[in-house]
Amino acid sequence: MAFSYVSSAALLGLHVELVRVEADVSNGLPMFHMVGYLSSEVKEASERVRTAIHNSELSFPPKKTVINLSPATVKKKGPAFDLPIALSVLLSVGVIPPDCLRKTLVIGELSLDGRVRKVKGVLPVVLEAKKAGFCTCILPEENAAEGALVEDIQIIGTQSLKEICLHLKGEQLIDAYSHEGKADQRKPDGNSLADFSDIKGQETVKRAAEVAVAGGHNLLLMGPPGSGKSMIAGRIPTILPSPTREECIEITKIYSVLGMVDEEQPLIRTRPFRNVHHAATKAALIGGGAVPSPGEISLAHGGVLFLDELAEFQKPVLEVLRQPLEEHKIRISRSHGSYVFPADFILVAALNPCPCGNYPNMEKCTCSESQIRHYLGRISQPFLDRMDICVEVPGVRYEELSRKEAPEGSEDIRRRVCRAREIQRHRYQEMDISVNAMLGMKKIEEYCRLDQEGEALMKRAFAVLGLTARTYHKILKVARTIADLDESERVLPCHLGEAVGYRTIDKKYWGR
Amino acid sequence: MIYEYWFAGLKPLSDEKKKRLRGIFGSGRELFYLKEKELSALSFLTEKDREVLKKAKKDTGLSENYEEIQKKGIRLLLCHNNSYPESLKKIKDHPYALYVKGKLPDGKRKAAAIVGARRCTPYGEEMARIYGYELARAGVEIISGMAKGIDGAGQRGALEAGGSTFAVLGCGVDICYPRDHIGLYMDIQQNGGILSEQCPGEPPLPCYFPQRNRIISALSDVILVMEAREKSGSLITADLGLEQGKDIYALPGPASSVLSAGCHRLISQGAGILLSPGELLNELNVRIVKLRENNNKEKKELETIENMVYSCLDLFPRSVDGIVSDTGLPPGKVLEILTTLEIEGMAKELSKGYYIKIM
Repeated sequence: MAFSYVSSAALLGLHVELVRVEADVSNGLPMFHMVGYLSSEVKEASERVRTAIHNSELSFPPKKTVINLSPATVKKKGPAFDLPIALSVLLSVGVIPPDCLRKTLVIGELSLDGRVRKVKGVLPVVLEAKKAGFCTCILPEENAAEGALVEDIQIIGTQSLKEICLHLKGEQLIDAYSHEGKADQRKPDGNSLADFSDIKGQETVKRAAEVAVAGGHNLLLMGPPGSGKSMIAGRIPTILPSPTREECIEITKIYSVLGMVDEEQPLIRTRPFRNVHHAATKAALIGGGAVPSPGEISLAHGGVLFLDELAEFQKPVLEVLRQPLEEHKIRISRSHGSYVFPADFILVAALNPCPCGNYPNMEKCTCSESQIRHYLGRISQPFLDRMDICVEVPGVRYEELSRKEAPEGSEDIRRRVCRAREIQRHRYQEMDISVNAMLGMKKIEEYCRLDQEGEALMKRAFAVLGLTARTYHKILKVARTIADLDESERVLPCHLGEAVGYRTIDKKYWGR
Repeated sequence: MIYEYWFAGLKPLSDEKKKRLRGIFGSGRELFYLKEKELSALSFLTEKDREVLKKAKKDTGLSENYEEIQKKGIRLLLCHNNSYPESLKKIKDHPYALYVKGKLPDGKRKAAAIVGARRCTPYGEEMARIYGYELARAGVEIISGMAKGIDGAGQRGALEAGGSTFAVLGCGVDICYPRDHIGLYMDIQQNGGILSEQCPGEPPLPCYFPQRNRIISALSDVILVMEAREKSGSLITADLGLEQGKDIYALPGPASSVLSAGCHRLISQGAGILLSPGELLNELNVRIVKLRENNNKEKKELETIENMVYSCLDLFPRSVDGIVSDTGLPPGKVLEILTTLEIEGMAKELSKGYYIKIM
């Protein structure tokens, strides 16, 4: 038999395109020719495949071999086509029996000695395979656990080309991978030990974090250096509701594409916390590349994106965040198509009030007014307006550090958060949103209705505090969340008062 | 008059020489048409000064400049004019020319200078405002430099009370420096005046500021130093005031505050201590017009819990967290009360999460 094919898949961002790897071995001058819109790492596969077949003690006849990866309109990248190419050649020359790879999808990289090495993006590929009706996936053994996260599809993990050939010939079968007996030997990671009870004092900030998480609001922490802004931000994932299995898969998919998944415990069960250094570029933040790969905002999907030293970020870098903050996803357009990555995260940012960090303590602050203005001028007002909640993180005093009684732990806070989220889910069940932060303009009027007293309060606040229309709506949304935490059906003046206290900073604020 | 403006605006010529020249020749016109021979006969002029005078005559834009100054409503007072402030005449190095936009200080009324640091604490700023307010209400004129911080706060207080206040600038009177104080600059022109010895259009150069301080102290009867570091411009003003025989008063602050260190130094050297606006007015022999109730806002019948939070506030900024740990109230409640207080005008959020009391 001269012609044969094996199914495989190409990864385009998070999107998976099924690829047919066709091989034709015929008489002619011995050569190995590959076509099908291939990038250079796929072209290099010819050397790896030939050598790997030789070194696996399999015969490779000196004939004319043509490989085609279809559809030819999709650019193929990465080394994951090595194994399917090798298997399609072996099918063509009859080393492995025909029909043994029907309804089977194959990915894997080959090394010269015939071993199969791990590849990136296994989870989305297997998910797509299941959707397309495949029954079996042949994966590198190191990726088997990850593939097996998808239920109702058989996963065969292989160590080497030789092993899989023996399996396919039926001489020495490999058992399908199963999680049984291996489940839940989870290593405790560093973050799971963190807890809100580690933080003494800072009651206001903890409360603000609770409100932010309960309603999915973005949080801006201001305060002098060393007051614990990063510490608090790092503990916010611990009060987020635990992700559902679907959410875990969604998060793991993104990490899988970047090859950031643990071999033994592939499923990411905790919500991500991404601490981005201020030297980050636009591409690092939102994703980039000729075929874009997800950036930090997608890695923070379902969790928290933390930007420390907000004023040190380049202004254009911050501005690109504005659109994903509104839409909860990022669309990156390239000439050959556009790619969408999920980016639904809570933004937590930390900022010093002035370059030296001590304002308004005029005895310590050494910054001139123009320095402060310049410093804050690096962040645009539209960006600041997207921060729903803004609180000060004051330096901790000794009395609080040395206090004996343990502060409230994450678990208690999380319980209240879950309750508030439950109320929101119930209220918005017929809509496409889940939290208060996502409320549109019209819906705010419907769900955040104020009583007379509240109206009067807002009217005065508007005049005295110089609110704008945009801050007005943000305050209403935050007040709605506070009411939910209070399990109150209506937004009362007391909720409103607290929400006003959390309003975002206005740059006019400084330099009295 | 045009020649007077011309002569007063001759920058490289010192005030002393201007006074002498004007004394000899009697008018600006005479000076403009001075013959070369007469000029060289004046032995106290250097070669350079003569050059300046000769060159300046060739200036062609004279009448346009004059018209522009007129249009801006700027008046020129020379040191031998009757309208030139008496108190200023008394000091030895009084300026030859004084430019005025607005009114002049009323020599019959008491005048107080409120001076202090630009970068001041909210405490100093609020106290400057209160003193400015109370003194102006009692009819005392407030003299200051319209600078940021204490100066501006004192003058704003005076304006709030509907009193008159005068700003002595370190630049031309047609220039608003600092620029942010444009509102104050306009208001002072309505209820007082802007004064400067620099000719119009002159930019604010650092060297002009110590000089203008002598005018501030000369125009006032007492000098109130609200907040000053040791070795600061405000202490220079106080020293100049002492030389001119003025009374110095200083506002005490926390012993730990570097911004009050200068004031404390003054007090230890014998300056008066500012206990309250009322006592100061007594010492100035000014009839006290029923002082504003200081606590009228507290009368607004705060609930006990609100009172608790209000009493935690201070003129030094307090963080929300500090109030939370002092009162033992939940943070949400504290924020809610602070918002209410802020809307009622009894508290102010200075920077995010830091509140001060408004008295």
